[in-house]
Amino acid sequence: MNNRRVKQFVAAIGVPRLIIMGYLLILLIAMPFMGLQIEMLYTQAFGRIGMYGVLVLAMLPAIESGIKMNMALPLGVICGLIGGVLSLDWGFSGWMGLFLAVLISIPIAVVVGILYGMLLNKIKGSEMMIATYTGYTAVAIMCIVWMAMPVNNAEVRWPQGNGVRNIVTLTGKYEKILDHFLEIRITEELVIPTGLFLTVALACFLMWLFMRSKTGIMMKTAGSNPVLAEANGISVDRMRILGMTLSSVLGAVGIIIYSQSYGFYQFYMAPLNMAFIAVAAILIGGATVGRATVFHVIFGTVLYQSIMTFTLPIANVIMPEGTLSEIVRIIIQNGIILYALTKAGESQ
Amino acid sequence: MDDGYILQMEDIEKEYYGNRVLKGISLKLKPGEIMALVGENGAGKSTLMNVLFGMEQIRNTGGFRGRVIFDGEETHITSPREAMERGIGMVHQEFMLLPGFTITENIKLNREILKPNLLSRVFGKRLSGLDHGTMKADASRSLDRIGLELAENETVDGLPVGFMQFVEIAREIDKTNMKLIVFDEPTAVLTEIEAQKLLDTIEMISREGVAVIFISHKLDEIMQVSDTVMVMRDGENVCTLRKEDTSVGQLAELMVGRGVDAGSIAQKRSLDNDDILLSIRNLQVDMPGEGVKGLSLDVRRGEILGLGGLAGQGKIGVSNGVLGIYPTEGEILFEGEPLPMNHPLGVLKKRIAFVSEDRKNVGLILEASIEENIAVGALRVNDRFLKKTGPFTQINGKERRKHAEQMVQDFQIKCVSTRQKVGDLSGGNQQKVCMAKALTMEPKLLFVSEPTRGIDIGAKEVLLDYLVKLNREQGVTIVMTSSELKELRSVCDRIAIVTGGKLEGILEPDSPDLEFGLMMSGARMEQEFSTEPVENRGESVEKGPDTPETCGKIPDHDTERRRQE
Repeated sequence: MNNRRVKQFVAAIGVPRLIIMGYLLILLIAMPFMGLQIEMLYTQAFGRIGMYGVLVLAMLPAIESGIKMNMALPLGVICGLIGGVLSLDWGFSGWMGLFLAVLISIPIAVVVGILYGMLLNKIKGSEMMIATYTGYTAVAIMCIVWMAMPVNNAEVRWPQGNGVRNIVTLTGKYEKILDHFLEIRITEELVIPTGLFLTVALACFLMWLFMRSKTGIMMKTAGSNPVLAEANGISVDRMRILGMTLSSVLGAVGIIIYSQSYGFYQFYMAPLNMAFIAVAAILIGGATVGRATVFHVIFGTVLYQSIMTFTLPIANVIMPEGTLSEIVRIIIQNGIILYALTKAGESQ
Repeated sequence: MDDGYILQMEDIEKEYYGNRVLKGISLKLKPGEIMALVGENGAGKSTLMNVLFGMEQIRNTGGFRGRVIFDGEETHITSPREAMERGIGMVHQEFMLLPGFTITENIKLNREILKPNLLSRVFGKRLSGLDHGTMKADASRSLDRIGLELAENETVDGLPVGFMQFVEIAREIDKTNMKLIVFDEPTAVLTEIEAQKLLDTIEMISREGVAVIFISHKLDEIMQVSDTVMVMRDGENVCTLRKEDTSVGQLAELMVGRGVDAGSIAQKRSLDNDDILLSIRNLQVDMPGEGVKGLSLDVRRGEILGLGGLAGQGKIGVSNGVLGIYPTEGEILFEGEPLPMNHPLGVLKKRIAFVSEDRKNVGLILEASIEENIAVGALRVNDRFLKKTGPFTQINGKERRKHAEQMVQDFQIKCVSTRQKVGDLSGGNQQKVCMAKALTMEPKLLFVSEPTRGIDIGAKEVLLDYLVKLNREQGVTIVMTSSELKELRSVCDRIAIVTGGKLEGILEPDSPDLEFGLMMSGARMEQEFSTEPVENRGESVEKGPDTPETCGKIPDHDTERRRQE
C-alpha cells in the first residue's frame, strides 16, 4: 500500500527532478562542513533567484497559449535593453531611471510581440526551431544597431567614439535599487532582498490573476486544444499573439530587473544566453512544453539558481586545482539544461 | 474436402473486447464466382475480410473462431503477405499506392523482377538491379487487360482518382497466382463511367477463373454484376441469395430492417409545419470524407429531426458545416435571419449548440477537469461563471463547481469528483460531459452527432431519454445525426437520409424498411436490372442456401433485452 503511494509520488515528480532536488540537498548539507561563508552564499542565492524570476515567468504565457517554449526570449530582452539604454542616455537615475526604462520598453515589447506572434501563426508546429533562429537574427541585427546608435551620455558611449558600450554599469544609477528596498538584514552577511522578491511576487500574482480571468482561460484553452477552442468561438491565432506579447513584455521587464540586480546592462551577444536558463528553470520546476503554472516558475527558479550558486564554491573546495571546478560547474549547468530540453522533446 | 470451392469460411466468430462483431458467419465461394457482401455500417463486412487477410488487428485482439478453407486446405493466415502468396488479393477503399513512384513501380511493388549484377553475386540478392524492360511489359499487359491506356512511366500522383483505383486493380491482377480478389467499396470514388468500366473489369476477371468478393452498398451495381449476394447485419449472415432470386428492393429491406417493431418507434406528434426554426439551402461543406454537395433542409421548431445515411455520404458534414467547423457555402436562415457561416462564435451566440462526433478532439480538453470542460463553452460565449472583483473579472470557481456537480447528478456521470481529469473517464461518461457542456449554453437548437457511438446499452438509454426530455419539457429543437437507424427511429419525428452529399429524402420513423434501405443505397426501384443468369463464367454457380422466402428476420436482440429488464 505504502509502496504504491511512494511509486506514484515518484512518478509524478519524475526521477531526474528528484535527483536534482537530492543533489541540492547534498549541497546544502555539505556547505557548513566546507568552511565556506554560508551566509554570503545564501545571500547570493536569494539574489540570483530574484534576478531571474520574471525572466522565467516570461515562459509561462508562451507555454500556456500553445507556442511552447519561447526560445525567442532574446527579442523581449532586447526591448528591455532599448528601454534601459534610452533611460540612461537621457541621464535618468534612481527610481526614475528604473521606471522610465520599464515604461519605454513595454510598448516596444508589445509591438515586437504582436509582430512575432503573427509570424509564429504562419509556422505552427515549428515554433521552437524558428524561435531560436529569430533570436539569433534579432541579436545580430541589434549588434549593428547598438554600434550605430547615437548615444550622448559619456558613460553609456564607447570612449573612442559612437555606439553603446558592451557593458554599461549601473553603479550610482540604480544598481540593486530593488534589492536594497526594504531589505531584511538578518546578520552582517545574510540579507534578504525584499524589494526584489516583492517585485517578482507582484509579477507572479498578476499573472495568476490573469490566468483566472476569462481571457486567460480562453488562452489556456487555445493552447490545450486548438480544435476545441475554434469550435467554441475562440480565435486560436489571436490567443497565440496574446501569449507571445505577454511573454515579450515580461522578458523586457525581466531583463531590467535582472540588470539592476546584476549591476550591469549587457548588450550585443548577451541576450542569447537568457533563453536557455529560463527554459531550464521552468522545466525543472515541473512544467512541460504544453503546460506550466506559476508554481513551476517559482519552484524551478529556486532549484536551478540555488544549484548554480552553491556548486562552484563547493567544487572549488573539493577540487582546488586550477580551473577544474569551473569545468564542473559548466558541466552541471549545461547538464541541467540538456536534461530540461530532452524533457521538452519527449513530452512533445 | 474439396467440393470445388475456392474459399469456405465456416462459423467465423470475432469479438473485440467483449463486443461480438461476427456471430458465426459462413460462406462458400466457387472459382470464378462473384459474391457481393451487403450490409450497413458496422455489419461486420470489413472485419470478415480482415479475418480472411490475416490482419494484425485481428490477431492482437484475441484472434477469431471458426475455420477458413482456401483452395482445399485449411489455412491459418497470419499476415497479408501470406494471404497474397496464397493467391488472395485485395483492392482497398483507401488506395495503397506510392504517389511519387511510377505506375510500373507501383504495380510491381515488392515483387520487382530482379536482374543479377556484380554486387548481388557477392553480397546477395538485395543488391540486384531491376529488370525495367520486363517490368514495364508486365505492367503494360495488366493495364491492357483492364482496358486502360496509360504511360507506364507516369507517376501516380498526377493521376485522377479513378485511374488510381485502376492501378490498384492492375497491381492485383498482375500477380500471377491470384485466385480470389476482394474489392472493398471499389466504386465509392469513381464517376459513373469509371464505375461501369470497373464492373466490366470485374466480370472479365471472373471469366478468367478468379473468384471475386465485392463489398458494396450500391445495390444497382450488385444486381448488375454479382452471382450471389450475402446480406450481413449486426455480425450475422441474414441471407445468402442468388442474384436471380432477389431484387434491389428486397436487398434494401434485408439490409436495413428488423421489421417494424411498434415498441421502438417514436410516437407521432403534430408539429406546426410552417414554424421553421432553421432553413438550409444548397449547403456545401468541405469536410474530408463527409462532404456535403448541395443539401437543402428545413428544421421545424420543437421537433427532433434525424440525419441518417451510410458512412461517407455526408450526414456528418451537415452539422459541422452549420457550426462553421469546416469550410461551408450556401444559405442558412435561423429564425428568419441569416446565420453567420464559417464563424463558430456567431453561431454559438445565437444559442445553437453542438455535440461533435469527434469526442476527443473537438468535444473535450482531456487534461482538464470535468468542471472546466463543462464550463468552457458557456464561459466563452455567454460570460457565465465570472465574477467581478474590482477591476478584475475572475472565474467564479464556486459557481462553476456547483453547476458541474448538478450536471454530474443529472447525467449520472461516474466520476471521483468534478475535479477529475476528463481523460480518465470512460467513453460513455466523456460523452455525457460533452452533452453537459453543450446544454450549459442553454441552446434553442442542439445539434448532436453520433451521440451514442461506442457507448454501452445502459448509457445509450439514459442519453436518448435525456434528449427526449430536453425536447419535450424545455422545447429544445434537436437535430440528431446517427449511423444507427434504429436509434433515430426510436426518438425522431422525422428522419432525413443523406446520400452522396445531398438530401435523398425525408421519412417518418414508421416508414417501411424498404424505403430506408433504398434511400441509403441511393438505388431506384423503377430501373430495370439484368437478372438473367450469367453464363460462361467458369464453374456453374451453385444454388445458395436460402431462397427469398426462407430469409428469416433476425430477432432484435437489443429490444428484447430491454423488454426483459
